[in-house]
Amino acid sequence: MPSVTSTPTAGTAALADATASDAALRRFLHGLPGVDAVGLEARAAMLGTRSIKTTAKAYAIDLAISMIDLTTLEGADTAGKVRSLSAKGRRPDPTDPETPKVAAICVYPDMVATAKEALAGSGVKVASVATAFPAGRAALPVKLADTRDAVAAGADEIDMVIDRGAFLSGRYLQVFEEIRAVKEACAREDGSAARLKVIFETGELSTYDNIRRACWLAMLAGADFIKTSTGKVGVNATPPNTLLLMEAARDFHAATGTRIGVKPAGGIRTTKDAVKYLVMVNETLGEDWLSNEWFRFGASSLLNDLLMQRQKLRTGRYSGPDYVTVD
Amino acid sequence: MSEQDERATKAAGKAAKTKPKAKGAKAGAAAEVTATGRLSVLKTYKLFVGGKFPRSESGRVYEVTDSEGNWLANAPLASRKDARDAVVAARKAFGGWSGATAYNRGQVLYRVAEMLEGRREQFVGEVADAEGLSRAKAAEQVDAAVDRWVWYAGWTDKVAQVAGGANPVAGPYFNLSTPEPTGIVAVLAPQDSSFLGLVSVLAPAIATGNTVVAVAAERAPLPALSLAEVLATSDVPGGVVNLLSGRAAELGPPLAAHQDVNAIDLTGADAELARELEIAAADNLKRVVRPGLTSDWAVEPGLERMLAYLETKTVWHPTGSLGAAGSAY
Amino acid sequence: MAFEYAPAPESRAVVDIRPTYGLFIDGEFRDAADGKVFKTVSPSTEEVLAEVADAGAADVDAAVAAARRAFGPWSALPGAERGKYLYRIARIIQERSRELAVLETLDNGKPIRETRDADLPLVAAHFFYYAGWADKLKHAGFGPEPRPLGVAGQVIPWNFPLLMLAWKIAPALATGNTVVLKPAETTPLSALFFADICRQAGLPKGVVNILTGDGRAGAALVAHEGVDKVAFTGSTAVGKEIARTVAGTRKKVTLELGGKGANIVFDDAPIDQAVEGIVNGIFFNQGQVCCAGSRLLVQESIQDELLDSLKRRLATLRVGDPLDKNTDVGAINSAEQLARITALAETGEAEGAERWSAPCELPDSGYWFAPTLFTGVSQAHTVAREEIFGPVLSVLTFRTPDEAVAKANNTPYGLSAGIWTEKGSRILAVANKLRAGVVWANTFNKFDPTSPFGGYKESGSGREGGRHGLEAYLDV
Repeated sequence: MPSVTSTPTAGTAALADATASDAALRRFLHGLPGVDAVGLEARAAMLGTRSIKTTAKAYAIDLAISMIDLTTLEGADTAGKVRSLSAKGRRPDPTDPETPKVAAICVYPDMVATAKEALAGSGVKVASVATAFPAGRAALPVKLADTRDAVAAGADEIDMVIDRGAFLSGRYLQVFEEIRAVKEACAREDGSAARLKVIFETGELSTYDNIRRACWLAMLAGADFIKTSTGKVGVNATPPNTLLLMEAARDFHAATGTRIGVKPAGGIRTTKDAVKYLVMVNETLGEDWLSNEWFRFGASSLLNDLLMQRQKLRTGRYSGPDYVTVD
Repeated sequence: MSEQDERATKAAGKAAKTKPKAKGAKAGAAAEVTATGRLSVLKTYKLFVGGKFPRSESGRVYEVTDSEGNWLANAPLASRKDARDAVVAARKAFGGWSGATAYNRGQVLYRVAEMLEGRREQFVGEVADAEGLSRAKAAEQVDAAVDRWVWYAGWTDKVAQVAGGANPVAGPYFNLSTPEPTGIVAVLAPQDSSFLGLVSVLAPAIATGNTVVAVAAERAPLPALSLAEVLATSDVPGGVVNLLSGRAAELGPPLAAHQDVNAIDLTGADAELARELEIAAADNLKRVVRPGLTSDWAVEPGLERMLAYLETKTVWHPTGSLGAAGSAY
Repeated sequence: MAFEYAPAPESRAVVDIRPTYGLFIDGEFRDAADGKVFKTVSPSTEEVLAEVADAGAADVDAAVAAARRAFGPWSALPGAERGKYLYRIARIIQERSRELAVLETLDNGKPIRETRDADLPLVAAHFFYYAGWADKLKHAGFGPEPRPLGVAGQVIPWNFPLLMLAWKIAPALATGNTVVLKPAETTPLSALFFADICRQAGLPKGVVNILTGDGRAGAALVAHEGVDKVAFTGSTAVGKEIARTVAGTRKKVTLELGGKGANIVFDDAPIDQAVEGIVNGIFFNQGQVCCAGSRLLVQESIQDELLDSLKRRLATLRVGDPLDKNTDVGAINSAEQLARITALAETGEAEGAERWSAPCELPDSGYWFAPTLFTGVSQAHTVAREEIFGPVLSVLTFRTPDEAVAKANNTPYGLSAGIWTEKGSRILAVANKLRAGVVWANTFNKFDPTSPFGGYKESGSGREGGRHGLEAYLDV
């Protein structure tokens, strides 16, 4: 996977002006086209009716597996659990070496070193949540220290949460500057940087208009990826809110030439769900986004369902949970 | 010819014609010499177009008599061009009248009733002459006509609730149907009821926000032309009602074929003319009210004459912006 | 690597089309009196699906006579009993919806996604809705004892064959009328399958009669002395002819005719949803929809941005095999219709409008037309005035809301319109000024049995759907 050195704000001068002040940023974000909820949901539902069969399904399953950020974010996480998950990520289906590896293992910062070691040489990335995940309720220095720790421990990618309180109270520039600061904290001494995924917690932003604004705010601030949710609230990724992220990434690319990745997270458990998201990528962002460099699933139980469907396609018979590994 | 000249000529004609019959109660209020020997002043009846009272552009008039053949007046014999001008006036008035609040239209219609009540005696006389009725019977007609204006005045701000409403569609949409006026209604007024009948076909059309070009009962146009004077002093905007006197068979075809007329009431046409006009009306798919919709003008009407000139507009809009992000509420 | 969707055809096996079909008169299938037949073909393949009886004058006589005989007992039934027949029909349609969806797609050429997700659910819902009215007519606002008219002669088009049948038959039967229905010549099959549903529902014979045939059969039906009510959905030209035919008769007439709907997009529109609405407005059912948003009126200040988005979106439309579950745009219904669309598009080019078609591969056999835009169109262009009834969108611009309204209304038609803006007061103001029977604000092409549908001006008269739809079949 090529390294990424996007410079989002370099797109156009107009967009740079948008972040010149709190007032300018507010005007810009509130000037974005509105979102009609029913229409957005209808479009997402329509894309969900695509029927993906046979060769297309095989392609989609392998693609989906390769896009998974296999995640464990529990208070009860241990080194053993993380090593076990890492092994699963490297070799998802021991019965079939052709099975693609997942994109990344996603853990808390204190588990990054463990994961890094377990994944050494595999090409599977280590992603770490940071910035006082999942609530994001900590002082900025704490969030930055959290980020730097994870990067120093070897994280390839940082999944930060935005300050929803600041966003909802209209302090957009504060959110913007926090993202920029975290982005700077992703830098490594050798001049490279961890890729930054910005989590909105869409379920807490409540309206689609807010989600669209959050997307642009994050993309302007330097996000490499925009991500729906933490998986820790009642409603996480949904087809419509992910579609909205995709539309934002599409429009940002059209405006600036900069490609931004998209990551739905939480609540995607079945192959059928995953394929619906890939259809959305295909028909909204196009095939350029159909790689794990630009699209990820934040998921854990999804992987085994994909593996069972994969076995079904390979053997012609339905698989069962005893034929995939529990890690 | 100046107005004065014309007037003089007509008066002379009148005197000549009426002299032989100028006797008895039926001699016509118009021409009667009073007991004191004073010669009454006659009214020149004119068309009512765009709030003004023009003569026919054709310069034609026709003789109007009472039921016994006594001369009453010379009414303008309106032409195709008068009909055309009336349509232009009606179109010009449509935006304002259809856009007026229903409350305002109700007040205007009620004002018509008030004005009419004040001129009750005049109309009783004219209806008695026009239809050969006793004064008592004519008074019943006039009273019913006044009450009909009141009835329709009350409908202006109610018919939308009766004819429209919210539709419970199976989806996240607000869905509302509202009746709107069709546009310009051409009316061939009933031949059998020169005043109550006219009011009964006119009032529902304008109560619902349409504008009207009406052709008065051919042989008895005078109550209609006098009604114009009431309308002109009742806050009815000019052009909302346009009244023509003349031949249904002459004015019907241009109105039925007119591409800027949206509906036609054929009540005053005989079966053959009605069929011919309905065919002509198909060219721009006018809404057609066939003769016979109302059989008894004295009976309280239903909604049919209002519904005939209302289009239902249904507006959809998505709902569901609450919880749009799928958050838990 | 591209994500190529493998073919995902819906199974044809769920529908069993017989080689020949008769007319459905008085509860049984019979040949045309003169033995004439015609073929119905699948527009996507030109394959002959079946041979169907071609009704002549004698058959119209027989069908009207059967409907007349059935009228007395049917109208005398308690409303609740009539309602139960309609409920039965609604349920059987739901049970057989997949079969009917495949049949409709085969005979019409429209995508299975639409017949499955739009046509059939609406068909069943329409019968279910009017079933409930049958015993509540005295509460419908048409007087204490509204009476049926008698025998209804109904002529329907080919664009939504079974849905238009439902719109006609459900209110007619609920109000106690009996019907003789003529489906379109190119799409007779679903009406004949509906006849079988009537049989399964135990509907008394003669209450529903189906006459297949061409325009001559329709004209004979409309003109028939024994018909009390004429209901027609189709072109404005034929609608006018029908209005002339029924002039001077007792026949009540309702007409659902053509349109040239304006879809107005303001600069503050929810742009992604507007693009979807534009696409849905003109490419739903290959644009063969009377209420299609065939004129896009876009505020000049966002024209470029909107057209870019629209073209990008059109490039993702999947045109092809209507039975494939992933097809968005299917076949044009007939060679004749394709020729008309093609000719009008050529006129558009000849008159100087700029033509753009979505890049797509069209199948070799069958009747196909690529989704097409015309830009640089003015009100004077033929493609802005004439109903094309195909997947062709004319793009015009405006500067102010007043200009948008003036242009939208500048047509003899008045069926539908769309408004896209996030400003509520503008929606209400513009909706109020539009002379159109259906106004979709921030959505398009939505239908529901409870919602009255029908046109202003030359788009027809009368309403179908909702309480309003009852009036067409009652003596009021």
